[in-house]
Amino acid sequence: MYATSYHRASSVGEAVNLRASHDEGRYVSGGMTLIATMKQRLAAPSDLIDLRHIADLRGISVEGRSVRIGAATPHADVAGSAALRTVCPALCHLAGLIGDPHVRNMGTIGGSVANNDPAADYPSAVLALNATVVTDRREIAADDFFLGMFDTALEEAEMITAFRFEAPEKAGYAKFPNPASRYAITGVFVAKTAGGARVAVTGAGSSGVFRVPEMEAALLSSWAPESVANVSVDPAQLMSDLHATAEYRANLVRVMAKRAVQASL
Amino acid sequence: MGTVFEETRAPSMGQEEDNMAKVTLTVNGRTMSGECDDRTLLVHFIREKLGLTGTHVGCDTTQCGACVVHMDGRSVKSCSILAVQASGSTVTTIEGIAAQGELHPVQAAFNQHHGLQCGFCTPGMVMTAVDMIGRHGGALDEATVRHELEGNICRCTGYHNIVKAVLAANEEMHGAARQAAE
Ligand SMILES: Cc1cc2nc3c(=O)[nH]c(=O)nc-3n(C[C@H](O)[C@H](O)[C@H](O)COP(=O)(O)OP(=O)(O)OC[C@H]3O[C@@H](n4cnc5c(N)ncnc54)[C@H](O)[C@@H]3O)c2cc1C
Ligand code: FES
Ligand code: FES
Repeated sequence: MYATSYHRASSVGEAVNLRASHDEGRYVSGGMTLIATMKQRLAAPSDLIDLRHIADLRGISVEGRSVRIGAATPHADVAGSAALRTVCPALCHLAGLIGDPHVRNMGTIGGSVANNDPAADYPSAVLALNATVVTDRREIAADDFFLGMFDTALEEAEMITAFRFEAPEKAGYAKFPNPASRYAITGVFVAKTAGGARVAVTGAGSSGVFRVPEMEAALLSSWAPESVANVSVDPAQLMSDLHATAEYRANLVRVMAKRAVQASL
Repeated sequence: MGTVFEETRAPSMGQEEDNMAKVTLTVNGRTMSGECDDRTLLVHFIREKLGLTGTHVGCDTTQCGACVVHMDGRSVKSCSILAVQASGSTVTTIEGIAAQGELHPVQAAFNQHHGLQCGFCTPGMVMTAVDMIGRHGGALDEATVRHELEGNICRCTGYHNIVKAVLAANEEMHGAARQAAE
Protein backbone atom coordinates (compact mmCIF):
# COMPACT_ATOMS: atom_id res chain seq x y z
CA MET A 1 0.00 0.00 0.00
CA TYR A 2 1.21 3.52 -0.76
CA ALA A 3 1.48 5.99 2.09
CA THR A 4 -1.63 7.96 2.97
CA SER A 5 -2.87 10.41 5.63
CA TYR A 6 -5.87 9.49 7.72
CA HIS A 7 -8.52 11.91 8.98
CA ARG A 8 -11.44 10.96 11.19
CA ALA A 9 -14.42 13.23 10.60
CA SER A 10 -17.11 13.71 13.23
CA SER A 11 -19.66 15.53 11.08
CA VAL A 12 -20.77 15.63 7.45
CA GLY A 13 -19.63 19.25 7.12
CA GLU A 14 -16.18 18.50 8.47
CA ALA A 15 -15.80 15.49 6.16
CA VAL A 16 -16.83 17.44 3.05
CA ASN A 17 -14.42 20.27 3.90
CA LEU A 18 -11.57 17.84 4.44
CA ARG A 19 -12.33 16.06 1.19
CA ALA A 20 -12.63 19.32 -0.75
CA SER A 21 -9.22 20.47 0.49
CA HIS A 22 -7.45 17.29 -0.70
CA ASP A 23 -7.70 16.82 -4.47
CA GLU A 24 -6.30 13.30 -4.34
CA GLY A 25 -8.22 12.34 -1.20
CA ARG A 26 -11.06 9.82 -0.89
CA TYR A 27 -13.83 9.11 1.58
CA VAL A 28 -13.51 5.76 3.32
CA SER A 29 -16.63 4.20 4.78
CA GLY A 30 -16.40 0.45 5.44
CA GLY A 31 -13.19 0.19 3.42
CA MET A 32 -14.21 -3.24 2.10
CA THR A 33 -13.63 -2.03 -1.44
CA LEU A 34 -11.24 0.89 -0.96
CA ILE A 35 -8.73 -0.58 1.54
CA ALA A 36 -8.76 -3.85 -0.39
CA THR A 37 -7.98 -1.90 -3.59
CA MET A 38 -5.25 0.15 -1.87
CA LYS A 39 -3.62 -3.07 -0.69
CA GLN A 40 -3.33 -4.08 -4.35
CA ARG A 41 -1.86 -0.65 -5.16
CA LEU A 42 -4.72 -0.08 -7.58
CA ALA A 43 -5.75 3.04 -5.64
CA ALA A 44 -3.44 5.53 -3.95
CA PRO A 45 -5.43 8.32 -2.29
CA SER A 46 -3.21 10.92 -0.61
CA ASP A 47 -5.74 11.30 2.19
CA LEU A 48 -8.52 9.17 3.64
CA ILE A 49 -11.51 10.84 5.25
CA ASP A 50 -13.20 8.30 7.52
CA LEU A 51 -17.01 8.49 7.64
CA ARG A 52 -17.58 5.57 10.02
CA HIS A 53 -17.65 7.74 13.14
CA ILE A 54 -20.25 10.25 11.93
CA ALA A 55 -23.32 9.30 13.95
CA ASP A 56 -25.79 11.03 11.57
CA LEU A 57 -24.73 8.74 8.72
CA ARG A 58 -25.69 5.50 10.47
CA GLY A 59 -29.04 3.92 11.09
CA ILE A 60 -32.40 3.01 9.58
CA SER A 61 -35.68 4.78 10.22
CA VAL A 62 -39.10 3.61 9.09
CA GLU A 63 -42.09 5.95 9.48
CA GLY A 64 -45.25 4.49 8.03
CA ARG A 65 -44.09 3.39 4.57
CA SER A 66 -41.23 5.90 4.35
CA VAL A 67 -37.78 4.42 4.76
CA ARG A 68 -34.50 6.26 5.32
CA ILE A 69 -31.16 4.45 5.48
CA GLY A 70 -28.00 6.35 6.46
CA ALA A 71 -25.12 6.00 3.99
CA ALA A 72 -22.69 4.53 6.56
CA THR A 73 -25.10 1.82 7.70
CA PRO A 74 -23.33 -1.55 7.45
CA HIS A 75 -24.84 -4.37 5.37
CA ALA A 76 -25.29 -6.45 8.56
CA ASP A 77 -27.55 -3.77 10.08
CA VAL A 78 -29.71 -3.60 6.94
CA ALA A 79 -29.94 -7.41 6.88
CA GLY A 80 -30.92 -7.52 10.55
CA SER A 81 -33.30 -4.55 10.80
CA ALA A 82 -36.64 -5.67 12.21
CA ALA A 83 -38.29 -2.37 11.24
CA LEU A 84 -37.14 -2.65 7.63
CA ARG A 85 -38.14 -6.30 7.47
CA THR A 86 -41.78 -5.43 8.17
CA VAL A 87 -42.02 -3.07 5.16
CA CYS A 88 -39.36 -4.28 2.69
CA PRO A 89 -37.96 -7.73 3.53
CA ALA A 90 -36.42 -8.04 0.04
CA LEU A 91 -33.82 -5.40 0.92
CA CYS A 92 -32.86 -7.25 4.14
CA HIS A 93 -32.54 -10.42 2.07
CA LEU A 94 -30.28 -8.67 -0.46
CA ALA A 95 -28.01 -7.23 2.25
CA GLY A 96 -27.65 -10.68 3.83
CA LEU A 97 -26.39 -12.11 0.54
CA ILE A 98 -23.46 -9.69 0.24
CA GLY A 99 -20.01 -11.25 0.68
CA ASP A 100 -19.61 -12.87 4.09
CA PRO A 101 -20.45 -11.97 7.72
CA HIS A 102 -17.20 -10.05 8.25
CA VAL A 103 -17.59 -8.02 5.06
CA ARG A 104 -21.21 -7.29 6.04
CA ASN A 105 -20.06 -5.98 9.44
CA MET A 106 -17.85 -3.31 7.84
CA GLY A 107 -19.12 -2.64 4.30
CA THR A 108 -21.81 0.04 3.95
CA ILE A 109 -24.67 0.82 1.58
CA GLY A 110 -23.27 4.27 0.77
CA GLY A 111 -19.85 2.88 -0.15
CA SER A 112 -21.40 0.22 -2.32
CA VAL A 113 -23.68 2.60 -4.23
CA ALA A 114 -20.98 5.31 -4.61
CA ASN A 115 -18.62 2.69 -5.99
CA ASN A 116 -21.26 1.34 -8.44
CA ASP A 117 -19.43 -1.89 -9.17
CA PRO A 118 -21.26 -3.52 -12.11
CA ALA A 119 -21.61 -6.73 -10.04
CA ALA A 120 -22.66 -5.12 -6.72
CA ASP A 121 -26.06 -5.96 -5.25
CA TYR A 122 -27.33 -2.63 -3.87
CA PRO A 123 -27.48 -0.65 -7.13
CA SER A 124 -30.27 -2.94 -8.37
CA ALA A 125 -32.35 -2.27 -5.24
CA VAL A 126 -31.80 1.48 -5.32
CA LEU A 127 -32.89 1.60 -8.97
CA ALA A 128 -35.86 -0.78 -8.65
CA LEU A 129 -37.15 0.88 -5.48
CA ASN A 130 -36.94 4.27 -7.22
CA ALA A 131 -34.97 5.50 -4.23
CA THR A 132 -33.72 9.03 -3.78
CA VAL A 133 -29.98 9.37 -3.23
CA VAL A 134 -29.50 12.15 -0.68
CA THR A 135 -26.10 13.89 -0.73
CA ASP A 136 -24.50 16.70 1.25
CA ARG A 137 -25.76 19.17 -1.40
CA ARG A 138 -28.81 17.80 -3.26
CA GLU A 139 -31.16 14.89 -3.92
CA ILE A 140 -30.68 12.65 -6.95
CA ALA A 141 -33.33 10.30 -8.36
CA ALA A 142 -32.10 6.74 -8.85
CA ASP A 143 -32.87 6.96 -12.58
CA ASP A 144 -30.35 9.83 -12.86
CA PHE A 145 -27.71 8.43 -10.52
CA PHE A 146 -26.09 5.42 -12.20
CA LEU A 147 -24.15 6.52 -15.29
CA GLY A 148 -22.14 3.41 -16.16
CA MET A 149 -19.59 0.99 -14.73
CA PHE A 150 -18.09 2.54 -11.58
CA ASP A 151 -19.59 5.85 -12.73
CA THR A 152 -22.26 7.88 -10.95
CA ALA A 153 -23.75 11.38 -10.94
CA LEU A 154 -21.68 12.27 -7.85
CA GLU A 155 -19.53 15.37 -8.30
CA GLU A 156 -15.99 15.79 -6.98
CA ALA A 157 -16.12 15.61 -3.13
CA GLU A 158 -19.91 15.06 -3.10
CA MET A 159 -20.94 12.70 -0.31
CA ILE A 160 -23.94 10.40 -0.13
CA THR A 161 -25.59 10.91 3.26
CA ALA A 162 -28.69 8.72 2.97
CA PHE A 163 -31.18 6.82 0.80
CA ARG A 164 -34.93 7.43 0.95
CA PHE A 165 -37.77 5.45 -0.57
CA GLU A 166 -41.43 4.56 -0.13
CA ALA A 167 -41.77 0.88 0.75
CA PRO A 168 -43.08 -0.99 -2.30
CA GLU A 169 -46.29 -3.01 -2.31
CA LYS A 170 -44.22 -6.05 -3.26
CA ALA A 171 -40.52 -6.65 -3.90
CA GLY A 172 -38.11 -9.52 -4.43
CA TYR A 173 -34.43 -10.10 -5.15
CA ALA A 174 -32.74 -13.13 -6.67
CA LYS A 175 -29.08 -13.46 -7.52
CA PHE A 176 -26.86 -16.00 -9.17
CA PRO A 177 -23.66 -15.43 -7.20
CA ASN A 178 -20.13 -15.94 -8.30
CA PRO A 179 -19.27 -18.99 -6.18
CA ALA A 180 -15.93 -17.51 -5.05
CA SER A 181 -16.64 -13.83 -4.41
CA ARG A 182 -20.47 -13.88 -3.95
CA TYR A 183 -20.74 -10.82 -6.21
CA ALA A 184 -23.64 -11.11 -8.66
CA ILE A 185 -23.00 -12.82 -11.97
CA THR A 186 -26.59 -11.70 -12.45
CA GLY A 187 -28.99 -10.29 -9.87
CA VAL A 188 -32.52 -9.00 -10.43
CA PHE A 189 -34.54 -6.80 -8.09
CA VAL A 190 -38.26 -6.41 -8.85
CA ALA A 191 -40.56 -3.93 -7.11
CA LYS A 192 -44.24 -3.06 -7.39
CA THR A 193 -44.13 0.63 -6.53
CA ALA A 194 -46.73 3.42 -6.53
CA GLY A 195 -45.25 4.51 -9.86
CA GLY A 196 -45.58 1.07 -11.46
CA ALA A 197 -43.54 -2.10 -11.77
CA ARG A 198 -39.74 -1.70 -11.80
CA VAL A 199 -37.17 -4.34 -12.73
CA ALA A 200 -33.44 -3.64 -12.27
CA VAL A 201 -30.60 -5.95 -13.26
CA THR A 202 -27.08 -5.98 -11.83
CA GLY A 203 -24.03 -8.09 -12.70
CA ALA A 204 -25.02 -8.52 -16.34
CA GLY A 205 -24.98 -5.16 -18.11
CA SER A 206 -21.91 -3.95 -19.98
CA SER A 207 -22.54 -0.47 -18.61
CA GLY A 208 -23.69 -1.38 -15.13
CA VAL A 209 -27.14 -1.68 -13.59
CA PHE A 210 -30.12 -1.29 -15.98
CA ARG A 211 -33.93 -1.52 -16.11
CA VAL A 212 -35.92 -3.87 -18.34
CA PRO A 213 -38.98 -1.97 -19.66
CA GLU A 214 -40.49 -5.06 -21.39
CA MET A 215 -40.54 -6.96 -18.11
CA GLU A 216 -41.97 -3.96 -16.30
CA ALA A 217 -44.81 -3.71 -18.82
CA ALA A 218 -45.53 -7.43 -18.52
CA LEU A 219 -45.58 -7.23 -14.71
CA LEU A 220 -47.85 -4.20 -14.80
CA SER A 221 -50.55 -6.23 -16.51
CA SER A 222 -49.97 -9.30 -14.34
CA TRP A 223 -47.64 -9.56 -11.34
CA ALA A 224 -46.67 -13.22 -11.71
CA PRO A 225 -43.45 -15.17 -12.43
CA GLU A 226 -44.91 -16.35 -15.78
CA SER A 227 -45.14 -12.74 -16.96
CA VAL A 228 -41.37 -12.38 -17.16
CA ALA A 229 -40.57 -15.98 -18.10
CA ASN A 230 -40.70 -15.31 -21.83
CA VAL A 231 -39.29 -11.81 -22.03
CA SER A 232 -35.82 -12.02 -23.50
CA VAL A 233 -32.99 -9.53 -23.10
CA ASP A 234 -30.62 -8.75 -25.98
CA PRO A 235 -27.17 -10.26 -25.21
CA ALA A 236 -25.57 -7.44 -27.23
CA GLN A 237 -25.87 -5.11 -24.22
CA LEU A 238 -24.53 -7.69 -21.74
CA MET A 239 -21.07 -8.56 -20.40
CA SER A 240 -19.02 -11.56 -21.43
CA ASP A 241 -16.18 -12.67 -19.20
CA LEU A 242 -14.56 -15.84 -17.86
CA HIS A 243 -17.51 -16.37 -15.52
CA ALA A 244 -20.30 -16.29 -18.09
CA THR A 245 -21.00 -15.40 -21.71
CA ALA A 246 -23.46 -12.66 -22.64
CA GLU A 247 -25.93 -15.30 -23.89
CA TYR A 248 -25.74 -17.17 -20.60
CA ARG A 249 -26.27 -13.93 -18.69
CA ALA A 250 -29.29 -13.11 -20.88
CA ASN A 251 -30.81 -16.41 -19.81
CA LEU A 252 -29.92 -15.71 -16.18
CA VAL A 253 -31.75 -12.36 -16.32
CA ARG A 254 -34.97 -14.21 -17.20
CA VAL A 255 -34.47 -16.93 -14.61
CA MET A 256 -33.50 -14.53 -11.81
CA ALA A 257 -36.41 -12.20 -12.70
CA LYS A 258 -38.80 -15.14 -12.44
CA ARG A 259 -37.36 -16.15 -9.05
CA ALA A 260 -37.43 -12.57 -7.80
CA VAL A 261 -41.13 -12.22 -8.65
CA GLN A 262 -41.79 -15.61 -7.05
CA ALA A 263 -39.97 -14.45 -3.90
CA SER A 264 -42.10 -11.29 -3.76
CA LEU A 265 -45.38 -13.18 -3.52
CA MET B 1 7.10 -2.24 8.15
CA GLY B 2 9.04 -5.32 7.12
CA THR B 3 8.91 -6.65 3.61
CA VAL B 4 5.34 -5.58 3.12
CA PHE B 5 6.20 -2.01 2.16
CA GLU B 6 9.60 -2.47 0.54
CA GLU B 7 8.55 -2.13 -3.10
CA THR B 8 9.52 1.15 -4.76
CA ARG B 9 6.77 3.69 -5.08
CA ALA B 10 5.76 5.52 -8.23
CA PRO B 11 6.72 9.16 -7.55
CA SER B 12 3.33 10.74 -8.19
CA MET B 13 1.30 8.32 -6.11
CA GLY B 14 0.07 8.67 -2.55
CA GLN B 15 1.78 10.79 0.09
CA GLU B 16 5.49 11.46 -0.07
CA GLU B 17 6.02 10.92 3.64
CA ASP B 18 4.39 8.45 5.96
CA ASN B 19 2.08 10.09 8.44
CA MET B 20 2.62 8.61 11.91
CA ALA B 21 -0.23 8.04 14.27
CA LYS B 22 -0.71 6.90 17.83
CA VAL B 23 -3.18 4.04 18.00
CA THR B 24 -4.89 3.03 21.23
CA LEU B 25 -6.96 -0.12 21.49
CA THR B 26 -8.47 -2.15 24.28
CA VAL B 27 -7.21 -5.60 23.35
CA ASN B 28 -8.43 -8.64 25.27
CA GLY B 29 -9.37 -6.38 28.16
CA ARG B 30 -6.12 -4.38 28.33
CA THR B 31 -5.53 -0.89 27.00
CA MET B 32 -2.61 -0.95 24.58
CA SER B 33 -1.03 1.84 22.52
CA GLY B 34 1.54 2.00 19.79
CA GLU B 35 2.85 4.25 17.04
CA CYS B 36 2.46 3.24 13.42
CA ASP B 37 2.13 4.63 9.90
CA ASP B 38 -1.36 5.62 8.85
CA ARG B 39 -1.23 2.88 6.22
CA THR B 40 -0.49 0.09 8.75
CA LEU B 41 -3.14 -2.61 8.68
CA LEU B 42 -4.81 -3.61 11.94
CA VAL B 43 -3.55 -7.18 11.56
CA HIS B 44 0.07 -6.00 11.28
CA PHE B 45 -0.38 -3.69 14.27
CA ILE B 46 -1.74 -6.58 16.34
CA ARG B 47 0.98 -9.00 15.26
CA GLU B 48 4.03 -6.77 15.05
CA LYS B 49 3.39 -3.92 17.50
CA LEU B 50 1.41 -5.81 20.13
CA GLY B 51 3.17 -9.13 19.60
CA LEU B 52 -0.07 -11.10 19.41
CA THR B 53 0.74 -13.46 16.56
CA GLY B 54 -2.29 -15.75 16.86
CA THR B 55 -4.13 -13.66 14.25
CA HIS B 56 -2.94 -14.76 10.80
CA VAL B 57 -2.68 -13.34 7.29
CA GLY B 58 -3.61 -15.87 4.63
CA CYS B 59 -4.39 -13.82 1.52
CA ASP B 60 -4.23 -10.34 0.06
CA THR B 61 -7.77 -10.28 -1.34
CA THR B 62 -9.90 -10.07 1.85
CA GLN B 63 -11.25 -13.55 1.21
CA CYS B 64 -9.65 -16.14 3.51
CA GLY B 65 -10.69 -15.02 7.01
CA ALA B 66 -7.46 -16.13 8.77
CA CYS B 67 -7.28 -12.58 10.17
CA VAL B 68 -10.74 -12.43 11.79
CA VAL B 69 -10.91 -10.63 15.15
CA HIS B 70 -13.84 -9.03 16.97
CA MET B 71 -13.97 -5.24 16.92
CA ASP B 72 -16.55 -3.64 19.20
CA GLY B 73 -18.28 -7.01 19.37
CA ARG B 74 -18.45 -7.75 15.64
CA SER B 75 -16.31 -10.12 13.60
CA VAL B 76 -14.14 -8.26 11.08
CA LYS B 77 -11.24 -8.97 8.72
CA SER B 78 -8.31 -7.19 10.37
CA CYS B 79 -6.30 -7.34 7.13
CA SER B 80 -8.64 -4.84 5.49
CA ILE B 81 -8.94 -2.24 8.23
CA LEU B 82 -6.24 0.31 9.01
CA ALA B 83 -5.04 0.39 12.60
CA VAL B 84 -5.95 4.11 12.67
CA GLN B 85 -9.52 3.28 11.61
CA ALA B 86 -9.77 0.90 14.56
CA SER B 87 -8.18 3.25 17.10
CA GLY B 88 -10.39 3.71 20.17
CA SER B 89 -12.20 0.43 19.70
CA THR B 90 -12.31 -2.75 21.74
CA VAL B 91 -10.69 -5.73 20.05
CA THR B 92 -10.75 -9.41 20.97
CA THR B 93 -8.22 -11.73 19.36
CA ILE B 94 -7.81 -15.50 19.56
CA GLU B 95 -5.51 -14.97 22.57
CA GLY B 96 -8.37 -13.39 24.50
CA ILE B 97 -11.14 -15.97 24.50
CA ALA B 98 -9.87 -18.66 26.90
CA ALA B 99 -10.83 -17.78 30.46
CA GLN B 100 -8.15 -18.44 33.11
CA GLY B 101 -6.21 -20.96 31.08
CA GLU B 102 -9.30 -23.00 30.31
CA LEU B 103 -10.09 -23.48 26.60
CA HIS B 104 -13.17 -21.66 25.29
CA PRO B 105 -15.92 -24.20 24.41
CA VAL B 106 -15.30 -23.49 20.70
CA GLN B 107 -11.57 -24.19 21.08
CA ALA B 108 -12.33 -27.37 23.03
CA ALA B 109 -14.77 -28.51 20.32
CA PHE B 110 -12.22 -27.91 17.53
CA ASN B 111 -9.77 -30.01 19.51
CA GLN B 112 -12.23 -32.81 20.22
CA HIS B 113 -13.70 -32.99 16.69
CA HIS B 114 -10.40 -32.58 14.82
CA GLY B 115 -11.58 -29.28 13.34
CA LEU B 116 -8.04 -28.49 12.20
CA GLN B 117 -5.08 -30.03 10.47
CA CYS B 118 -2.29 -27.51 9.78
CA GLY B 119 -4.05 -24.96 11.99
CA PHE B 120 -3.40 -21.91 9.83
CA CYS B 121 -7.08 -21.03 9.35
CA THR B 122 -8.02 -22.01 12.91
CA PRO B 123 -7.76 -18.66 14.74
CA GLY B 124 -10.08 -17.07 12.16
CA MET B 125 -12.40 -20.07 12.16
CA VAL B 126 -12.67 -20.03 15.96
CA MET B 127 -13.31 -16.26 16.12
CA THR B 128 -15.92 -16.62 13.37
CA ALA B 129 -17.60 -19.49 15.21
CA VAL B 130 -17.70 -17.59 18.52
CA ASP B 131 -19.38 -14.66 16.74
CA MET B 132 -21.78 -16.93 14.83
CA ILE B 133 -22.90 -18.86 17.91
CA GLY B 134 -23.39 -15.62 19.84
CA ARG B 135 -25.46 -14.03 17.09
CA HIS B 136 -27.79 -16.95 16.47
CA GLY B 137 -28.58 -17.49 20.16
CA GLY B 138 -28.55 -21.29 19.85
CA ALA B 139 -30.60 -21.59 16.67
CA LEU B 140 -27.86 -23.01 14.45
CA ASP B 141 -28.16 -25.81 11.94
CA GLU B 142 -25.64 -27.31 9.55
CA ALA B 143 -26.80 -25.31 6.52
CA THR B 144 -26.50 -22.03 8.44
CA VAL B 145 -23.02 -22.88 9.69
CA ARG B 146 -21.85 -23.73 6.17
CA HIS B 147 -23.38 -20.54 4.77
CA GLU B 148 -21.82 -18.40 7.50
CA LEU B 149 -18.35 -19.87 6.89
CA GLU B 150 -18.46 -18.17 3.49
CA GLY B 151 -15.68 -15.75 4.47
CA ASN B 152 -13.26 -18.35 5.86
CA ILE B 153 -11.14 -20.66 3.74
CA CYS B 154 -9.58 -23.91 4.94
CA ARG B 155 -7.21 -25.73 2.62
CA CYS B 156 -6.90 -28.87 4.78
CA THR B 157 -10.01 -30.21 6.46
CA GLY B 158 -12.68 -30.13 3.77
CA TYR B 159 -14.79 -28.26 6.36
CA HIS B 160 -16.74 -31.31 7.67
CA ASN B 161 -15.00 -31.40 11.03
CA ILE B 162 -15.09 -27.63 11.36
CA VAL B 163 -18.87 -27.70 10.90
CA LYS B 164 -19.14 -30.55 13.41
CA ALA B 165 -17.04 -28.62 15.93
CA VAL B 166 -19.13 -25.45 15.56
CA LEU B 167 -22.38 -27.39 16.02
CA ALA B 168 -20.97 -29.23 19.04
CA ALA B 169 -19.80 -25.99 20.64
CA ASN B 170 -23.20 -24.45 19.96
CA GLU B 171 -24.85 -27.38 21.71
CA GLU B 172 -22.41 -27.09 24.61
CA MET B 173 -23.03 -23.35 25.00
CA HIS B 174 -26.77 -23.24 24.36
CA GLY B 175 -28.03 -26.80 24.84
CA ALA B 176 -28.18 -26.50 28.63
CA ALA B 177 -30.13 -23.25 28.43
CA ARG B 178 -32.53 -24.78 25.91
CA GLN B 179 -33.15 -27.85 28.07
CA ALA B 180 -33.85 -25.64 31.08
CA ALA B 181 -36.43 -23.69 29.05
CA GLU B 182 -38.23 -26.81 27.83
C1 LIG C 1 -14.60 -10.65 0.07
C2 LIG C 1 -15.59 -9.60 -0.40
C3 LIG C 1 -16.80 -10.01 -0.94
C4 LIG C 1 -17.73 -9.06 -1.38
N1 LIG C 1 -18.90 -9.50 -1.91
C5 LIG C 1 -19.81 -8.61 -2.34
C6 LIG C 1 -21.06 -9.03 -2.87
O1 LIG C 1 -21.38 -10.21 -2.92
N2 LIG C 1 -21.92 -8.08 -3.31
C7 LIG C 1 -21.63 -6.74 -3.23
O2 LIG C 1 -22.46 -5.92 -3.63
N3 LIG C 1 -20.47 -6.29 -2.71
C8 LIG C 1 -19.55 -7.20 -2.27
N4 LIG C 1 -18.38 -6.74 -1.72
C9 LIG C 1 -18.14 -5.29 -1.63
C10 LIG C 1 -18.72 -4.73 -0.32
O3 LIG C 1 -20.12 -4.78 -0.35
C11 LIG C 1 -18.25 -3.29 -0.04
O4 LIG C 1 -18.56 -3.07 1.29
C12 LIG C 1 -18.90 -2.19 -0.81
O5 LIG C 1 -18.81 -2.37 -2.19
C13 LIG C 1 -18.25 -0.84 -0.52
O6 LIG C 1 -18.72 -0.33 0.68
P1 LIG C 1 -17.72 0.26 1.75
O7 LIG C 1 -18.52 0.91 2.79
O8 LIG C 1 -16.80 -0.82 2.19
O9 LIG C 1 -16.97 1.38 0.90
P2 LIG C 1 -15.45 1.86 0.84
O10 LIG C 1 -14.58 0.75 0.43
O11 LIG C 1 -15.12 2.57 2.10
O12 LIG C 1 -15.57 2.94 -0.34
C14 LIG C 1 -15.85 2.57 -1.68
C15 LIG C 1 -15.85 3.82 -2.57
O13 LIG C 1 -16.96 4.65 -2.28
C16 LIG C 1 -16.58 5.93 -1.83
N5 LIG C 1 -17.50 6.28 -0.76
C17 LIG C 1 -17.71 5.59 0.39
N6 LIG C 1 -18.72 6.13 1.10
C18 LIG C 1 -19.16 7.20 0.39
C19 LIG C 1 -20.20 8.16 0.60
N7 LIG C 1 -20.98 8.15 1.68
N8 LIG C 1 -20.37 9.14 -0.35
C20 LIG C 1 -19.58 9.17 -1.46
N9 LIG C 1 -18.60 8.28 -1.71
C21 LIG C 1 -18.39 7.31 -0.79
C22 LIG C 1 -15.13 5.79 -1.41
O14 LIG C 1 -14.42 7.00 -1.56
C23 LIG C 1 -14.63 4.72 -2.35
O15 LIG C 1 -14.29 5.29 -3.58
C24 LIG C 1 -17.44 -7.67 -1.28
C25 LIG C 1 -16.22 -7.25 -0.70
C26 LIG C 1 -15.30 -8.21 -0.27
C27 LIG C 1 -14.01 -7.74 0.33
S1 FES D 1 -5.88 -12.29 5.52
FE1 FES D 1 -7.71 -11.26 5.92
S2 FES D 1 -9.11 -12.23 4.64
FE2 FES D 1 -7.24 -13.24 4.15
S1 FES E 1 -6.44 -26.54 8.96
FE1 FES E 1 -5.01 -26.05 7.42
S2 FES E 1 -6.01 -24.41 6.42
FE2 FES E 1 -7.52 -25.08 7.77
